[in-house]
Order: sequence, then structure tokens, then C-alpha cells
Amino acid sequence: MLEAEAGDIAYGRTPVVEAASLSIAQGEICALCGPNGAGKTSLFAALAGELRPRRGVVRIGGEDIRKLSAVALAERRAVLEQSPTLSAEFSVRELIGLAIPLQIPPEEAEEIVETTIAEVDLAEYAARSVLRLSGGQRHRAHLGRALAQLAAGRALGHTTSLLLDEPTANLDIAHQIAVMHLANRAAARGAAVAVVLHDLNLAAAFADRIALMAKGRIIAAGAPSEVFTARRLSETYGTDLSVQIGSDDRPRITPRYDVTPAQTSKEIPHVHRHEPLSRPS
Amino acid sequence: MRPGHLLLLGAAALLVVLGLALGPVTIAPGEIAAVAAGSGDPVHAASIGQIRAPRILLGVAVGTALALAGAALQGLLRNPLADPGLIGVTGGASIGAVSVIVLGEVLFGGGTPGGGTGGDAGGDDVGGGGGAGVAVNAIAGAFIGVMVYISDDTQLRDLTFWSLGALGAANWTLVLVASGISLASALALLSMHRALDLFQVGERAAFHAGIDTERVKLKTGLLTALAVGGATAAAGPIGFIGLVAPHIARLLLGAHHRIMMPAAALTGIALVLSADLAVRLAVPPAEPPIGIATSLLGGPVFLWLLLTRVRRHA
Repeated sequence: MLEAEAGDIAYGRTPVVEAASLSIAQGEICALCGPNGAGKTSLFAALAGELRPRRGVVRIGGEDIRKLSAVALAERRAVLEQSPTLSAEFSVRELIGLAIPLQIPPEEAEEIVETTIAEVDLAEYAARSVLRLSGGQRHRAHLGRALAQLAAGRALGHTTSLLLDEPTANLDIAHQIAVMHLANRAAARGAAVAVVLHDLNLAAAFADRIALMAKGRIIAAGAPSEVFTARRLSETYGTDLSVQIGSDDRPRITPRYDVTPAQTSKEIPHVHRHEPLSRPS
Repeated sequence: MRPGHLLLLGAAALLVVLGLALGPVTIAPGEIAAVAAGSGDPVHAASIGQIRAPRILLGVAVGTALALAGAALQGLLRNPLADPGLIGVTGGASIGAVSVIVLGEVLFGGGTPGGGTGGDAGGDDVGGGGGAGVAVNAIAGAFIGVMVYISDDTQLRDLTFWSLGALGAANWTLVLVASGISLASALALLSMHRALDLFQVGERAAFHAGIDTERVKLKTGLLTALAVGGATAAAGPIGFIGLVAPHIARLLLGAHHRIMMPAAALTGIALVLSADLAVRLAVPPAEPPIGIATSLLGGPVFLWLLLTRVRRHA
């Protein structure tokens, strides 16, 4: 279980997230969605243990994250950063093995690395320098680094969490779906998965639960079909969005491209005055 | 140990033997062995024991310290052009040494180079490391300027030669103290290989992988300052070894710090000893400063690195 309880997060005196409560069970994918500046990345950073909430508590596997050392935390959760970078000529194999904790014996670490390379579909590039791969392949290699760390945590007997910060940004649609399937697989193996997503359709298609954020608060949390209503999404994003529920009970979100979105939340009523909102069927 | 390590170890060992054998008087390897066993010619024994051996040990310590400090800083700052001079360690250490040369008589009743101690790391903030280094170097430059201004002719000559770097001032006391400090600190940097590897994916990612990043930055800054401070105090600010040695090691054995750092240390030793040998043999019995040789070697390599990077980013 990865949970935040009444978390307030601030940068200096500027509050960015207020009273955020969220819990993600093992085996569950929770998507953090919301417009730019909603506080998703800050809440994500608090869940990852890199930002301390000013108030409230973040727990991982029932343990207060503040009481865990960086090493203990790394055994319990793995993180894929928003724009992962690399400044050394590491091969795919080296990068994927980089974050495996030292407690894992070398043979076991090697096995984790090889399994992960196959999982992220980079077997034919395993010995190639990551810096010489395409953007999509490079991203998969970094995801492999997080997945290998997660597998190592599992091997050490911990219940694990996987945190992905906009893992599909800058990827083509096939790579986006592939990345989300990998997140799905991690959840199926028992990880609690938190994923920041801008693509509402990907969130609706893959997440078990959605936490929709706006102005530093979680304004709705629950199953995608409950959270993603046309009115709520249109109000939250300040643009007209329609929602249809598919046969799989998952919403499909369609924007209207012929209407200029309101630039700020204050302008949202203006949008509604012009365009009636569609309702989920 | 990989073949690349053996190659570098062989080169360093050969240079140690050449360093002991060559000079104004050439001593054959057999005679060196006899001196080591305590049965050699007393003149040769004195030459080796009092002049060449401390000089070579200092060269080994300086090469190791500068190379490992350079490798650690390049890893920490994620900048292959980083050098101990960049974060102001050399500048900070120079203040200590220059003060002793010029103010030694006032402060300690005798002016000897080699009294300087560790510099100011200034590099515990990865992002601001370079900027802090510029500031420290500027302050150090101003301070050294004042010292040059108030120094007399003899002190000015000592200052000039010290500032170009030299292993020639080595005596056992200086060598043991300075080498002890710089070698111990430099070798401690080797234990940070995993953290330095993880810094290559960024500081946040390193934290996510279990690295206490603040502690690593502080520890690297302190150990680098001690290693370079010890080396600079004893041998002067020898440039480019910290920049070039890690690059050669990376070219030979890849970027993994566990493998690259020992190779960088061996490369640093080989570079310092060969530069020292070059200046000793160039115009005997005179000895031009070692800094001239390292700069002649390092300057073009630095330019080549810069051009490669510019071409890669173009």
C-alpha cells in the first residue's frame, strides 16, 4: 500500500498541494491526472519520498516514509523520472542493472537484468550504448532500470511500489501502449503503481483508479468511469470534453478542437456558456 | 582486473623503474635491486634513497590523487571537462602553499614550500560547483597576487617554480605526510563508485536508487579537497592530470566507475612519472617544472575534448 494522508506540500511558503489523501493498494494502478500546475508532480515527489509534506504523512507498506533511509526506500519503491537522462556511455545492460541494490547476489542481479531486458524488448540492443538508441528505446531502457530495481525489491521480500512520472510523454502511440502494458504487468506482480498521465484516454484504459487533481487538491478519486465525467473534466481542464463509456466500462474522452480553451480556470464558465457539455452515456 | 588494468599497471611499474634508474647518473636495474636489498653502492643508495625514491612516491601519490579526484568530480558533476581546478580545490590549496612560501618566516620561522593544507571544496552543490569554483579561484588569484606583490626576489623565484609544479622538493617527511593524506583520501574515493555511476542518470534518479545524494556530494567534496590539497601542497598545482587521466581510462575500459577509477589512478601515475622523467632528461642537470610537460600534453587533449563535444552537440 502506497498512501498519502492529508498531505500538504509547499515550496518555501508557497503551498502547492493541500490535504491530499490517496491510497494505492498492491496490484492497483492509480493514475494522477489533472491540468498543468494541478500539483500532480509535487504529490508524486512526495509519494516518491523526495519531497517532505509540510503536514500529513506518506506511508509505503505501512511505514512512514520519513523513517526510511534512501537505501530502504529504494528497496520498496522504484521511480521512473519524467525526462530520464544519462551522461555516460553505459550499455542497455549496464543501465538496467544500475539501480539493483547491492544486497542482491551478482548471479541473481544478472538474471533480473536479462529478464528485464527481454521484458522491455531490448534484447537485440543489450550491448549497445544507450546514448546511441532512439528516443523510444532509450525511454524503455530507463523504464527497465526502474523495473529491475522493482524486481530486486521483490526478491528482497518487500511489497513494492512503482512510480512513473509521465512515462508516455514524447513516445509514439505504440510505445505509449507498450509502456502502460509494462505498468500493468508490474501491478499484476503485486506492485502498487502510481502514474502521472496527461493522456486521459490512456489513464482511462489502464488505471484501476484515477485521482483527478486541480489547484493543488484531489478533487475526485475512484474508478475511471466515476471520475471522468464530461462536466468534471471540462470544468477541470477549461475546455469542452465529451465522454463515452465503452463496452469495457471504460470512458473514452474526446476533446472539441473547434473551441479555443479558456486560458485560466476563471474563464471556464465562459466556455460553458458557449458550448453545452455532453454527458456520459 | 581486466587486460587494460594490467597494461596500465605495467606502464606505471616500468616508469617507476625508469624513474629510479635514469637521471644525471644512470643506475642499472640490477644495482637498484642491490640498493633495495641493502648491498648496493652507497652513492647510488643515497641517490635512490634520498632523491629518487621520495620523488617517485610523491609522483605516485600526486598522480593517484589528481586522477581519482578528477574522475570523482567528473562523475559527480556529470561533466567530462571537470577538473580539480574547476571547483577551486587547487586554488584553495595554492593559498596555503603560497602563504607558507611568502609568510613562512613570519609564521613559522622558516619558509619551505609544502606547508599548505587542503583547499576549499566549494563543490557540494552539484549545480553550482563550477560557479563556486570560479569564485574560489578568483579569491585565490587575488590572494596570490597580493603575496606576489609583497614577496622578495628569492620568494618570487620559489613561488614561480612552485606554481609550475615540481616533484623535486620531495623529502621523506614532506612525501610521507602529503602522500599519506592525498593517497588515503583518493583511495577512499574509490568506494564511491556505485554512487558516481548512479549520478550519471541524474541526482534525482540517484536518490530514487537509494543514494543519499547530499552525503555523497559532501563526502566527494571533502575527499577531493584533501586529496588535491595534499598533492598541491607538496608538488604545486600540476594541471590536466585530473582531466586527462579519467578520459584515457574511460576510452580504455568504459564508463563504469568501479572499473574506470583504478585505471584512471594508474594512468595518472604513468602520466605524472613520464612527465617528471621528461623534464629530468630534457636538459640535464637542469629540471624544468613538471607543469610545463603536463600542460604541453594536457592542453591539446583538452582542446580535442572540447572540439569533440562541440561537434557532438552541433
